[in-house]
Amino acid sequence: MDRTAIIGVGMTNIEAEKRRETFADMAWEAVNKALSDAGMTIADIDNVVTTSSDFWDGRTISLMAVGDVSGAAEKNVSCVEGDGTYGAFYANARALSGSYKTTLVTGHSKGSQCVSSLITNAAFDPIYERALGMDMVTACAMQANAYMNRTGVKPEDAALVSVKNHGNALKNPVAQLPMNITVNDVMASEMIADPLRKLDCSPVSDGCCAVIIAHESVATKFRQKPVWIRGLSFCTDSFFFGDRDLARSKALTEAAKKAYAMAGIKDPRKEIDLVELYDAFSYQELLWLEEMGLADYGKAAARLKAGEFNLDGALPVNPSGGLLSGHPVIAAGLYRIAEIVLQLRGDAGAHQVKKAKTGLAHGVNGLCGQSHCVWILDKEK
Amino acid sequence: MSEIFKGIEPMVHNSKISVPYSWWAGDTASKFFISLRDARKIIAPRCGKCGKVFMPPRKVCPACFTENTDWVDVSDEGTVVSYSVSRRRLEAIPGDKKVPVIWGLIKLDGADTALLHYLDEVDPGSVTIGMRVKAVFAESRTGGIRDISHFKPVK
Repeated sequence: MDRTAIIGVGMTNIEAEKRRETFADMAWEAVNKALSDAGMTIADIDNVVTTSSDFWDGRTISLMAVGDVSGAAEKNVSCVEGDGTYGAFYANARALSGSYKTTLVTGHSKGSQCVSSLITNAAFDPIYERALGMDMVTACAMQANAYMNRTGVKPEDAALVSVKNHGNALKNPVAQLPMNITVNDVMASEMIADPLRKLDCSPVSDGCCAVIIAHESVATKFRQKPVWIRGLSFCTDSFFFGDRDLARSKALTEAAKKAYAMAGIKDPRKEIDLVELYDAFSYQELLWLEEMGLADYGKAAARLKAGEFNLDGALPVNPSGGLLSGHPVIAAGLYRIAEIVLQLRGDAGAHQVKKAKTGLAHGVNGLCGQSHCVWILDKEK
Repeated sequence: MSEIFKGIEPMVHNSKISVPYSWWAGDTASKFFISLRDARKIIAPRCGKCGKVFMPPRKVCPACFTENTDWVDVSDEGTVVSYSVSRRRLEAIPGDKKVPVIWGLIKLDGADTALLHYLDEVDPGSVTIGMRVKAVFAESRTGGIRDISHFKPVK
């Protein structure tokens, strides 16, 4: 199979309220940062994929509003409605298609402009569920209860994820919520939906990320060191919670297995050097790590406590600070990819991890991780 | 930030999308809702191939990828598979509900998949996974999911 690489990334700062930038202004910034990172001009981009959600954006056909600033005029531009990792998946397919050599993919979101609870409530089935008034937070609380009941993991164990990730964010200039906090601070924060307290939940955020994917025939033509895509896969679970085992995520297990197989990874615990994953809630970092085979089921908390997932640990997880330190929905997974790219190039600055040859980026779509997308990226081809 | 915008006060434009939707419930949900409304009975479709009984009712068995063939009565009692308690008054919570609101994922006896609904008449702190609960029907029923008012603990 032909190979592809990521040859440029651009991220806006993630902020609670971007009052001075519209969607298009954010995209303009991220796109230009990515072009400059790659050493490309917009004329070098063959086609564009945007990632956005009409519901979050509050407008239909939302991609058309960011096309101009993404250099999409007179080019093939298409939109993926979902997490940025899925937009990038499509962008990669286009770079492999033979029709295009370079694809620019963006993901944007402004949580500050709408009401998250109402938007995520609308993800529930309109006939059977929506009128009950659940949203992403109360849904994930249900998953957290199922997970903790099954594994014996305690809320204070999961709280340590929040402590670690907010701490990592102190070293990441892009992050929204760098904080030096303790488990006690998390446990003393407002209870929103048992067992999830305010500091177990990712914040409402604004941000845009852009990534440039190139076919191997042009991947070394530009200035930047390419980061090679070794494996990627996504997999989806049933829609209704009651059809799933909420304490587990078999979709993630499948997605990870397929991504490892494509990358030729036999022992992910030995071969993956760092992870950027979708920690929308603190317990999710533990569950996702376990379902990706990077920790035994129910045992990630003990390894976290032992410091293994710290920036200087055996397997750094979310060295950027993760979603807990800034969660622009939709763009969030693309930020994970961009962060892994910076790490593998050695360009992550203060939050650079020591050993970074092979990295894993992870995105989620749907309530309680209905669908997962896993990327294996590598410094070497 | 370029010099020309220095000191500019950020303006905000408030708006609201107000678009009514009328979702046709479809044959499957309609049959289920009519049974709740008129007979206070919970019924569910069963896959003729694998025998699975689905809550909430749907036309197709996702595992066999075939249309469900028959309907069965399921119990109004079941087991809590998981639950959620909202302490904050989140915007999605209906106006007639007071916080804390408790939601349960309830596996009714005779069904193979669990139904999302309210738990009530119970202290939020004493809800447990594995708890046995029973449906309480709404006095006034209009043919919808809230024709079941909530589930309460089985004494």
